[in-house]
Amino acid sequence: MTEILIAVGLVVLQSVALLVSLLIVIAFLLLADRKVWAAVQMRRGPNVVGPWGLFQSFADLLKFVFKEVVIPDGANKGVFMIAPLVTCILALSAWAVIPLDEGWVIADINVGILFLFAISSLGVYGVIMGGWASNSKYPFLAALRSAAQMVSYEVSIGFVIITVLLCAGSLNLSEIVLSQKLGLGTSLGLPNSFLDWYWLPLLPMFVVFFVSALAETNRPPFDLVEAESELVAGFMVEYSSTPYLLFMLGEYVAITTMCAMTAILFMGGWLPPIDIPPFSWIPGIVWFLIKLCFVFFMFAMVKAIVPRYRYDQLMRLGWKVFLPLSLLWVVVTAGALVAFGWVPK
Amino acid sequence: MTLATLFFYLFSAVMLASAVMVISSRNPVHSVLFLILAFFNAAGLFILLGAEFLAMILVVVYVGAVAVLFLFVVMMLDIDFAELRQGMLNYLPVGATIGLILMVELVLVVAGWSISPDLLKTVTSPAPSVTDMTNTEALGRILYTKYIYYFQAAGLILLVSMIGAIVLTLRHKPNVKRQNVSDQVARGPATAIEIRDVKPGQGI
Repeated sequence: MTEILIAVGLVVLQSVALLVSLLIVIAFLLLADRKVWAAVQMRRGPNVVGPWGLFQSFADLLKFVFKEVVIPDGANKGVFMIAPLVTCILALSAWAVIPLDEGWVIADINVGILFLFAISSLGVYGVIMGGWASNSKYPFLAALRSAAQMVSYEVSIGFVIITVLLCAGSLNLSEIVLSQKLGLGTSLGLPNSFLDWYWLPLLPMFVVFFVSALAETNRPPFDLVEAESELVAGFMVEYSSTPYLLFMLGEYVAITTMCAMTAILFMGGWLPPIDIPPFSWIPGIVWFLIKLCFVFFMFAMVKAIVPRYRYDQLMRLGWKVFLPLSLLWVVVTAGALVAFGWVPK
Repeated sequence: MTLATLFFYLFSAVMLASAVMVISSRNPVHSVLFLILAFFNAAGLFILLGAEFLAMILVVVYVGAVAVLFLFVVMMLDIDFAELRQGMLNYLPVGATIGLILMVELVLVVAGWSISPDLLKTVTSPAPSVTDMTNTEALGRILYTKYIYYFQAAGLILLVSMIGAIVLTLRHKPNVKRQNVSDQVARGPATAIEIRDVKPGQGI
């Protein structure tokens, strides 16, 4: 009995440590997002709270927490309050399987990538529930849009994941990272380098995954769920204070998860770009964070420079461009692996 | 009592409770949400059994796709509950009789059901040990070798039903303006913009 308690206690401690550090990282990523956006538009961005505005996110947190929670009269109260919780908790639980470094993972499960896929496909529930329970026009329209959009782009994300799985031969995220040690770079004489990672042989899939990740997390240019010129603020119109904060937080956690997924699937996770000192001395978690921040920077730049898609264009891109392309690439990859005898054991 | 037992009872209890709520809650959207909760707990039970792949697929397919569509449809329905409950007393005897017959049948079937004693011998491909391979691998090995034709047939049936659904809902509306994306992309400044030098006070 004591062993069980100790084991459970250890997992709880690890989870809390991960959660706290994740939330702090996200507080600064949120600030970075706003700063990048501001810089592109030649503004200063948040610069008042703390040195260079570094504590802006914490000030925002306090502001939201101390506001009054307003529940609309006609709202379905239970579902209305559960929706932001669902968004936030689901997004956070994805981090249980993400390896930050070799062995640095809370749940090293065999089907880690499927777990991530499942969690990201469940993100739609928070939006639908919030939109429906608000009992109001704009949130409901946004919920319908989001359901269609997220279901559409999940399909191509699934095929991209299958392509990576074919090359890695495992559903375990750590093993997917480790399988990126051997590849093109090794055959070119640069063993364990950035040329080994999957972004190079699977470049079209890398692009498809990146764009689908934008759509799956409702980031601009695919933020039709909260297109403010059409839907005020989309499914969040009726939300205020902490429930709104939870939606916002869940959204950013989901974005960070997608960045981490991109880093793990295509950019070698915690592996250094070149396996020679001084690069190999730097601990893996630092490399992982650098890659995560790099992908997040790309997310932020896309938000800043690309105009919003029209809804029919969004659907066309998902179903008529990405789906056939990713399906074709699965067939091509599988064929190449079998033809050249590269199938992992 | 191990941790697994504890979780088994937790998942089962929540699953049964939410299954009851699916049929007893007044609001159909709540029903679907409880159905999703039941799916989740079924996935939890699968994980306790060591069938992680099935658990994840259950969540991805049923919760992530099928239940979203359910919810989608149910949210759009405009149900008048007062009208639904009308005539409940008229239909009650018939419904109760059918329910009773089904119940008796189920009890008879379950009571007369025994597991064949030489079941272990008749199983031709026993599950490999968990230490040898993950259950994803084991499932793939058996699905793509022994049952490949059934698997392909299932795929074909799904394809046919998908085509059927598309054909049923496909309507050609003559008055709809459609976008031709290649036309739009091919438009350059030369064909899309006209620059006129307008003199002040004259207009075009």
